[in-house]
Amino acid sequence: MALVDIRNVTKSYGSTQVLKGVSLDIKEGEIVTIIGKSGSGKSTLLRCINALERIDGGEITVEGQTVRTDMPNLRDFRQRVGIVFQAFNLFPHMTVERNITLAPVLNKRIAKAEGRALALDVLERVGLADKIDAYPAQLSGGQQQRVAIARCLAMRPHLMLFDEVTSALDPELVGEVLKVMEDMARQGMTMVLVTHEMGFARNAASKIVFMHQGRVWEEGPPADLFANPRTPELQSFIASVR
Amino acid sequence: MRSFSLPDFLSLLSALQWTAVLVVIALGFGAPLALALALMRTSASRALRWTATAFLQLVQGVPLLGLLMFFYFGMPVFLGIEMPPLVAVGIAMTVYTASFLGEIWRGGIEAVKHEQWEAAACLGLSTWHQFRYVIAPQAFRMALPPTVGFLVQLIKGTSLASIVGFVELARAGQLVSAATFQPLLVYSIVAAIYFAACLPLTLWAHSLEVRLNGAR
Repeated sequence: MALVDIRNVTKSYGSTQVLKGVSLDIKEGEIVTIIGKSGSGKSTLLRCINALERIDGGEITVEGQTVRTDMPNLRDFRQRVGIVFQAFNLFPHMTVERNITLAPVLNKRIAKAEGRALALDVLERVGLADKIDAYPAQLSGGQQQRVAIARCLAMRPHLMLFDEVTSALDPELVGEVLKVMEDMARQGMTMVLVTHEMGFARNAASKIVFMHQGRVWEEGPPADLFANPRTPELQSFIASVR
Repeated sequence: MRSFSLPDFLSLLSALQWTAVLVVIALGFGAPLALALALMRTSASRALRWTATAFLQLVQGVPLLGLLMFFYFGMPVFLGIEMPPLVAVGIAMTVYTASFLGEIWRGGIEAVKHEQWEAAACLGLSTWHQFRYVIAPQAFRMALPPTVGFLVQLIKGTSLASIVGFVELARAGQLVSAATFQPLLVYSIVAAIYFAACLPLTLWAHSLEVRLNGAR
């Protein structure tokens, strides 16, 4: 069974329909990359998976459970499905350690020493163990984004969502974030990304989903999709990002 | 008839204690109410927002003097409740403080980016924990300078309590002035005492503003 099952999902903002019947399967261990022009609905779809947006029609299930913004165990669900944002959204008044341990301490009541060990563990995975006592403002954009990823990892999620996580970064800082994500992919984390990094999509993704006008226009393994785009829309998109 | 002397000055200073008592009452009861109002104003529930807004419109549209008059003279007439001056003045100052601080704090809460709530929610924090650990500390930093600034307004505002006969600094000034027939001298001294009480706060508010704006 798929880890995430998206069936015929529709979603409108006012009179604008952003998702017009989207269906998609995401299996455990898959790296699914959603590409498409801005306004194609890809970020909205990602946010729907995490119940950050209410859907109007269709159904999304994660690990067999129907996702709703008013689901009774929403807080547990959110800990199983981590999300990393374009703007990092670290808490500026907390150290890196506190950013990472806040949720585990409050939700799982772990002890202080255990929290520090947890923070060190996840920071090592993103290569920032030496920044454990720093404040976000003392870090570069790339480092802040890696801390945001570490904060997510500390919840031991079963699935991670990445919403254009390199779009706000200076070009020379993109690589360090992508490298962390490649490491996670190798370790078997199920990941869904919305990205403009075609290099990453090509090399690390197990499946590419091309969205256009609120629909899944084409999907398939990257080698196939990039070599043989079937629709003129994907052809012109690939040409435009090259 | 006597002229202004040291005992008069001491009686002014001792009346300053009652000014301080009013400030403490206003803050002690007004601040929790202000927090509740700020939370109501920023809540998702329309009914809560509407209730808080109606209360604020009502209170902020009436001068503090009007509030004092209402609770001291109006309550016995309209509701048949007689109140000692301290209670009436205390309630009026509390209501006044709650409405103004509530708006200042609402501004602080709304100044924290919406994404901070979202990020905290995505970590599985409860709404209360989101506010308590993520939003409130950031809102507090932003609201601290205007809060201290309001404190200065509050100290000066307590002088209106003299109108209902409550003996704080301004009323003590009236009494001393009536006994000595030296109003210019006495009121100048009263003004100087208010100034001396407020100046450190004004300076503190200013330094906070510079410091917090300079920081992250």
